[in-house]
Amino acid sequence: MGLLSRKATCNTHGQDSSYFLGWQEYEKNPYNEVNNPNGIIQMGLAENQLCLDLLEPWLMKNPDALGLKRDGISIFKELALFQDYNGFPAFKRALVDFMGEIRGNKVSFDPNHVVLTAGATSANETLMFCLADQGDAFLLPTPYYPGFDRDLRWRTGVEIVPIHCTSSNGFKVTLPAIEQAYRQAQKRKLRVKGVLITNPSNPLGTTMARDELDLLINFIEDRQIHLISDEIYSGTVFTSPSFVSVMEVLKDRNLDQTQVWERVHIVYSLSKDLGLPGFRVGAIYSNDPVVVSAATKMSSFGLVSSQTQYLLSAMLLDKKFTKEYMSENHKRLQKQQKDLVSGLEKAGIRCLDSNAGLFCWVDMRHLLKSNTFEAEMELWQKIVYHVKINISPGSSCHCIEPGWFRVCFANMSESTLKLAIQRLKSFVSSIGMKSQSHQELKSLRRKARNNWVFRHSLQSFYDREQDTTTKVSFSYRPHFMSLSNIAATLDAAA
Amino acid sequence: MLSSKASSNCHGQDSLYFLGWQVYEKNPFHEVENPTGIIQMGLAENQLSFDLVESWLRKNPDVMGLKNKDGESVFRDLALFQDYHGMPAFKNELVEYMAKIGGNNVKFDPNNLVLAAGATSANETLIFCLADPGDAILLPTPSYAGFDRDLKWRTGVEIVPIHCSSSNGFRISMFALEEAYERAQKLDFKVKGVLITNPSNPLGTTMTTDELQSLITFAIDKDIHLISDEVFSGTVFDSPSFISIMEAAMDSNLKRNTDVLSRIHIVYSLSKDLGLPGFRVGMIYSNNQTVMSAATKMSSFGLVSSQTQYLLSYMLANKKFTSNYMKRNQKRLKKRKEMLVSGLKKSGINCLKSNAGLFCWVDMRHLLCSNTFEAETDLWKKILCEVGLNISPGSSFHCSQPGWFRVCFANMNQSTLQVALRRIKDFVERSSFNYQQIMASLSRKLISNWVRKLSSADREEQER
Repeated sequence: MGLLSRKATCNTHGQDSSYFLGWQEYEKNPYNEVNNPNGIIQMGLAENQLCLDLLEPWLMKNPDALGLKRDGISIFKELALFQDYNGFPAFKRALVDFMGEIRGNKVSFDPNHVVLTAGATSANETLMFCLADQGDAFLLPTPYYPGFDRDLRWRTGVEIVPIHCTSSNGFKVTLPAIEQAYRQAQKRKLRVKGVLITNPSNPLGTTMARDELDLLINFIEDRQIHLISDEIYSGTVFTSPSFVSVMEVLKDRNLDQTQVWERVHIVYSLSKDLGLPGFRVGAIYSNDPVVVSAATKMSSFGLVSSQTQYLLSAMLLDKKFTKEYMSENHKRLQKQQKDLVSGLEKAGIRCLDSNAGLFCWVDMRHLLKSNTFEAEMELWQKIVYHVKINISPGSSCHCIEPGWFRVCFANMSESTLKLAIQRLKSFVSSIGMKSQSHQELKSLRRKARNNWVFRHSLQSFYDREQDTTTKVSFSYRPHFMSLSNIAATLDAAA
Repeated sequence: MLSSKASSNCHGQDSLYFLGWQVYEKNPFHEVENPTGIIQMGLAENQLSFDLVESWLRKNPDVMGLKNKDGESVFRDLALFQDYHGMPAFKNELVEYMAKIGGNNVKFDPNNLVLAAGATSANETLIFCLADPGDAILLPTPSYAGFDRDLKWRTGVEIVPIHCSSSNGFRISMFALEEAYERAQKLDFKVKGVLITNPSNPLGTTMTTDELQSLITFAIDKDIHLISDEVFSGTVFDSPSFISIMEAAMDSNLKRNTDVLSRIHIVYSLSKDLGLPGFRVGMIYSNNQTVMSAATKMSSFGLVSSQTQYLLSYMLANKKFTSNYMKRNQKRLKKRKEMLVSGLKKSGINCLKSNAGLFCWVDMRHLLCSNTFEAETDLWKKILCEVGLNISPGSSFHCSQPGWFRVCFANMNQSTLQVALRRIKDFVERSSFNYQQIMASLSRKLISNWVRKLSSADREEQER
């Protein structure tokens, strides 16, 4: 049937990326402490499963919230009929209060500027539809969440032009990088409509500093374009520096009530900090009434179930509960992150210093056979299929330096995390030993050949000097072996 | 600064359909608190059978409490469940429910079902899968006002109407279908499919097997798709019984064309018969695997809350409940519709004969001062502002004939409907009295003019 749309038959949905392929492999052989202890451990899923046990007692103490009752009286009919795209007023009020709390109450939000959507996935796409036309572009700092290739581009026809960030400065956004991206867009004859940042960053796990936010605000002011700040991880900031929202910076610079104020939009969701991705609760926050109006109408395509709005409005209105929850949530995230970081360190693997998120940005460059994405893919395959851990390679996040991986830590128990670290440790040692014996063999051969005396280092790979100055040049999508080929080869070999 | 979509009004919400709602919102009728307010008859919702659902909920508190049959909490699993393939148990129940609605004449496969946040989302997603910007979909008129937004706005796809008229009860004739296709081609649109609503909104009628098979043959002939929006299929309260497009496609002659099933797609939702629009449960059913694959990924933009999937999977699993619900709901819809039809008849207003839906397609052509859409809008305004009823004018459904209105009956209680009928009666009597007065006064004027002419002619003659 050659008469489907281009969207249905192309792969702009981006789901042929290794990010999703890894998930598929995990699904075939998922680790289970009891039933499948040799299975693949899922470390490619940024979910917060650490605090669901805190939500359950609240639900038991508040049966009306689930039972769709108000003061003991059923309001089922009211909720069953409630499909107003303006959203449940009580829920929007509770949500903006919660968002304010996360930002230390340094900013307050107006519920009339909120548009509810079925998850941040829907919110991001809707914002694209509102701010850009087909063929326009948004600039995005790399590395970025692989899902953006689908969410921002697929049905909207909008292009993403990367702002390349590197490890030389901890992947921070710099003015030269933004300007270079803007010029790149112009070369491709794309009209740039805005910049989209994720703050805290996925996959870096870092919050943006004030100077970075200042830089971005100055840039969008100058070019008269939009800034979308995807702040879905704002509730996962577990240690200093504390979270600074772009709204706070605008306020501090007295830019509220100016034109640029109307060009900054926030995306939020309850999927990451509250750990409720199944309930599909996302939100757009904008100070531009035209955007709010259009986005509200568009939210018809992805409204939040009224049953869920009611439950969560009750939960978020319990300020005592949310305060305690967030505090405990941060503690547990911090501990789990520390366990991962220190465990990896013992295996000679370092992570980017992070203070937020449900993952670490891990430096495995020293484990690559060569400073290439082919080598990164090879390493990734080994880790997924032989070490049996699904982690996400930097290339799937459009990182321009090979060797970085996103490793999630909040979607598993302490013991599973320990096991994962153990497996990685063994893997790294085995590479170390292989490399060592390889070196010895080379040395013996050289000795035999040349009778030369040479010194070989028994230092670990990590201690080798990092080559951070190498510029990897490649086209926007790095070329590497087709992923389905990889999977097929390995399946055949298995 | 913003996109063309955000700054245009292709969202279609400037139509009278939505404007009427806005006026209603400012002055909504309430039996006690605002008895002179506007009665909402422009909202196709089913509020007649909540008591049946609530009774089931009372007997099954654990399901609402997100507990399983053993009383254990499944909250954690649900909180994390965001698989765009949907909850298997829920999809299994949905396909059985859909089959039941069609008298179990077709069996549906849960693997061919994609969940979406309401039929609104399902329709848009299907269009994204089947058509590119600038392509066209043929749509019989009158059709649901929301399609202008759902099918066109963000997809960039065009709608070309198939004009149906009262001359044959607004049924789709092959002539009208071919005419629409040719018109689309003249406008340089590539036609990708036909979308029908069966049962029809706003007509409230179901299609016959012959009609459906003619449409399927047309789709095969032109090598295009056929989307059947069957959201009202559970509201068929009278004969003829409902026949799904899938059932019509099972005919042996059509099946000879092996890819016929891959061009037929169904949209369904629990918003109309179960009366649960707030829970956002819609779905696409298709045998076309490419469509399924793409639509499944697109459903990421509008997944159904797992909390809701869980609740409804249990409800639909209770076959005794669903059988009882369907039977009693249909009885109540029939009774309420008959009340509206007979009440309107007493005011000299006829309705199109209907056997489904939550509304009647009402003929008010005789109340227009002229056979124009301006007159229809004038009448609509009067009925909204003076009579206090929000009904939807045919023009907002792109009807090609002025004077038809969609009047909903299932979103109010009996006494409210009686108030509405009384108001209409009063209005019609006033209008007819005024009309008679005007006519009488006009006749008197005409007669006196004629008499004057005659007498002056006589005088002239006499003077000559």
